[in-house]
Amino acid sequence: MIQIRNLCKTYGGAVDAPHALDDVSLDVADGDILGVIGMSGAGKSTLVRCLNLLERPTSGRIVVDGQDVTSLAGAELRSYRRRVAMVFQNFGLLAQKTVLANVCFPYLAATGRVTDQNRARALELLEMVGLAERADSYPSQLSGGQQQRVAIARALACEPDYILCDEATSALDPASTNTVLKLLRQINRDTGVTIIVITHSMGVVEKICRHVAVLEAGRVVERGSVADVFAAPRSQAAKVLLERVDWDA
Amino acid sequence: MPSLVSEFVAEYGALLAEGTLSTIVMTLVPTAISYVIGLALGVVLYLTAPGSLRPLPVLNAALGWVVNVLRSFPFIVLMVFIIPLTRQIMGTGSGLAGIIPPLVLATAPFIARMVEQSLAEVPRATVEAVEACGASVPRIVLSALLPEALPSIVRGAAVVLIAVLGYTAMAGAIGAGGLGDIAVRYGYYRRVDEVMWVAVVVLVVIVQAIQSACDLAARRVDHRMRG
Repeated sequence: MIQIRNLCKTYGGAVDAPHALDDVSLDVADGDILGVIGMSGAGKSTLVRCLNLLERPTSGRIVVDGQDVTSLAGAELRSYRRRVAMVFQNFGLLAQKTVLANVCFPYLAATGRVTDQNRARALELLEMVGLAERADSYPSQLSGGQQQRVAIARALACEPDYILCDEATSALDPASTNTVLKLLRQINRDTGVTIIVITHSMGVVEKICRHVAVLEAGRVVERGSVADVFAAPRSQAAKVLLERVDWDA
Repeated sequence: MPSLVSEFVAEYGALLAEGTLSTIVMTLVPTAISYVIGLALGVVLYLTAPGSLRPLPVLNAALGWVVNVLRSFPFIVLMVFIIPLTRQIMGTGSGLAGIIPPLVLATAPFIARMVEQSLAEVPRATVEAVEACGASVPRIVLSALLPEALPSIVRGAAVVLIAVLGYTAMAGAIGAGGLGDIAVRYGYYRRVDEVMWVAVVVLVVIVQAIQSACDLAARRVDHRMRG
């Protein structure tokens, strides 16, 4: 379970610097697929990047399974990061390494070497994302959707409890988007891993999320089950994202 | 005509061959030493830059300043300027041994900047992704940054080698010989233009060979954009 408490993030040192995150509190239950949705600049990427401490929150706490992770550093931080694996919009694969070597990277990061057992597990994960036969290809030989599936296999190689998806489907065409979303849903069902999906697309939320939080100007303006929010959005941001307002008004 | 050529070879062949060998040694040996220093320096410059993986503004600025100062010297001035230091290190301030310290001192900072630039070209998203896999900074450098930047570093090596080749033309000033020295001595002081011409042609061939070899190597190690 992830408990986010009074999280604030400001860039720059000025007292009146704008808040990228403004007093965000949010719980993520184990096994959930939570959608965090908002317009560009609403702070959703900042939120998810604070969760694995790629960015340090200015104030507030993040408690994961009872452990305050906000001040982790060094080896503890690195091992925590493998528990909250991340999938990026632009895949973030190593272009000079094969698909298999990319999926094995978390093992290399964790132990300094890649064993035969690690490679076997990585091939299993590639099998799971349907790309076992591309193990020896390089990322540039794959389509965007395939590259993202490799990135998901790499995230799974971290053996994570949580997967953070930062606009994971925003660079993909609709067919690839569906493939990737089905894959994430399948992984959630099979392994019980908790998934946090950052997106500006209500379609993505509707397809795979159980709960949703709406972010606007760094604040959570609405949260609830996907069914409830879609049936009766209360915040203006949710209404706009759901296209329930006259676009030409 | 054939007798003219054989006369030329008989008279200057050994001189030009020796000059070519000196030039190649003077280019390769200091460059190899400089890469050991320059790679390390380039990695430190990259890592300590603001917003990078280990921002250390004071160290970054200090190293940057040293690199810039060394790069401010025209090579021929640096060579003469550090002769006392060269004598300390090599036991002599002249000859082939005397040219190595100034070449390393001029080349290592140049390589550091080339490497820093190659590392900076690795997409930020890629670096963040390996960070998010829980990789330590040394692991990120050795297993992600340097391999990803390798094609660019290899292309940079052509630029570096050709620049060092240019520096070696000034080696004659401290008696280290080489093709540049021959070209100046025979073309300028003795007015045997043919020797100068042949020296220039050999230099052109060496530059072409360096560029082609590095281009080929860069293509070999680059796995982007291949069908």
